[in-house]
Amino acid sequence: MSKTLFDKVWDSHVVKHIENGPDVLFIDRHLVHEVTSPVAFLGLKNRGIKVLYPERTFATADHNTPTRNQHLPVKDPLSANQLKALEENANAHNIPYWGLGHKKNGIVHVIGPENGITVPGATIVCGDSHTSTHGAFGAIAFGIGTSEVEMVLSTQCIMQPKPKSLRINVNGELSEAVTPKDVALFIISKLSTSGATGYFAEYAGDVFKNMSMEGRMTVCNLSIEMGARGGMIAPDETTFEYIKGREYTPKGKDWDAAMAYWSTLYSDEDAQFDKELTFDASEIEPMITFGTNPGMGIGISKDIPLAESIDGSPATYKKSLEYMDYNEGEAMVGKPIDFVFLGSCTNGRIEDFRAFASIIKGRKKADNVTAWLVPGSHKVEEAIKEEGILDILTEAGFELREPGCSACLAMNDDKIPAGKYAVSTSNRNFEGRQGPGARTLLASPLVAAAAAVTGKVTDPRELIREEVLA
Amino acid sequence: MAYDKFNILTSSAVPLPIENVDTDQIIPARFLKATERKGFGDNLFRDWRYNSDGTPKEQFVLNNPIYSGKILVGGKNFGSGSSREHAAWAVYDYGFRCVVSSFFADIFRGNCLNIGVLPVQVSPEFLDKIFKAIEADPKTELEINLPEQKITILASGESESFDINDYKKQNMLNGFDDIDYLLNIQKDIEKYAESTPL
Repeated sequence: MSKTLFDKVWDSHVVKHIENGPDVLFIDRHLVHEVTSPVAFLGLKNRGIKVLYPERTFATADHNTPTRNQHLPVKDPLSANQLKALEENANAHNIPYWGLGHKKNGIVHVIGPENGITVPGATIVCGDSHTSTHGAFGAIAFGIGTSEVEMVLSTQCIMQPKPKSLRINVNGELSEAVTPKDVALFIISKLSTSGATGYFAEYAGDVFKNMSMEGRMTVCNLSIEMGARGGMIAPDETTFEYIKGREYTPKGKDWDAAMAYWSTLYSDEDAQFDKELTFDASEIEPMITFGTNPGMGIGISKDIPLAESIDGSPATYKKSLEYMDYNEGEAMVGKPIDFVFLGSCTNGRIEDFRAFASIIKGRKKADNVTAWLVPGSHKVEEAIKEEGILDILTEAGFELREPGCSACLAMNDDKIPAGKYAVSTSNRNFEGRQGPGARTLLASPLVAAAAAVTGKVTDPRELIREEVLA
Repeated sequence: MAYDKFNILTSSAVPLPIENVDTDQIIPARFLKATERKGFGDNLFRDWRYNSDGTPKEQFVLNNPIYSGKILVGGKNFGSGSSREHAAWAVYDYGFRCVVSSFFADIFRGNCLNIGVLPVQVSPEFLDKIFKAIEADPKTELEINLPEQKITILASGESESFDINDYKKQNMLNGFDDIDYLLNIQKDIEKYAESTPL
């Protein structure tokens, strides 16, 4: 029987199927961070059991960590306590722990792929909804709650009903300045934040075939924002090239055996999906959000839609615009901004810093803008330095911070003040997400860079054209 | 973690007729720093419920004494966003045992089922009827009958059935959790693991 990519990976990981109930799914690799794990470890302690497979478990500190002076003790006592708990739990259970200051430290979804923990055909979970990132490698990866973290620590399994299948095709060629982030925000704007709930997505078509691994990670990362549990892309030469030789990927004969399996990981030609959607790449322009969920995005040259033209409750829509202090029908271009955040598991990789640098090179940071540039990991930070990007940033008046989740969810000190506008390369523009009262405009690194040097919402294509004319 | 068994719940309900209520609203990230499951109910809907100086926002439904009960009724796409189970803990710790909506985000729904909060998905029309019934009488009661998988607006007798898989239903009825089940089949799991390279 023909199968989808998702079927192949899911079915091979089912330990037991419960009639009219969930599947018991074996988890190959479990990523753990400080926020969603302490209560799970406490559960193990109360039951008097140990982590079943510590060698399949990896821990890092990222959500709570400061992005300055990481060599000093963490000031916030609650954050410090949570970080200490993770370190103690990891040590007590022999789990590799890459804490603050460790050279492999970084955002959990950046360091997984970077170190070869993420491989095709694997099942990967983490107590974080953006675990969907790892689907870029042809893995089934999704976020879980703390009860499930406890299940995986204690039994290496979770219990989940198999989701429905959805394939999203984007064919053709992307236009100038349209990045993977724009592709994802475009899809979410079409589907809404609940359009893919109950589904696991596969991304297919020219656009994803031609995309780098970093780009694929950005797209899969945002799968959760359309409600999907996760999203995945069939592994190909780009994937194998990226993972080969990384610390935890198989070597020698094991590599050959793994490749034999990985090369079977694609949706069969006549595989059936529960739902299939196709978009034309040329329809997509650089995107920006104007509201309080990631589905409220538009092409940057467009006006904020009228309440009467949208699906869903007009009252909810108006409440959202009120929070943003925006009006229906206004243009986004030209709106003043206060902060720029480059980073997060969505756009905190080297390619994102390259894109940002390409716009700001030879320009200066606008005086009215505070910019927080936060690499996704120490490895990204090193690459920024090695490639000369740090010099470009410094010259333009920007400062590079130390790695972590930072202003994406503002658990540390990196909080956007109430009422201020931030163009952010992160993943959520929910009310207060980046700090109580903060107003978030989600966009790509190119749009963020254009805003950072002009102090307002600016179409990056204008700046690129200026360069060409000069 | 064990939780109270769920059978038939009869209670008035608290209405929150807003769509896309995300888990950052249910509990903002800055309140996720605990290492124990304690006190999350105090920060349920923190920024909708309190001003920045800690004084209550009087217009928010949880601060309005005419509404109370063990059932929270929310708009479409309830619980979207972050996987933080703290959101479900906050709902439970505040005193809700059931959330009713016309649509739930996946992870939030799963988290609720794992900790003993029953997510009841109804049709958009029935949700509208519930909101109208509460508007007409804030003390109006709903009956959530888990064995029969039925939700009823007691005043009018209008009812609708809801879905839950048999496995989760038995767990909720008995207060069991998944780890008990998984630990019982650990031999099968170990056998599977032996056949799977790291």
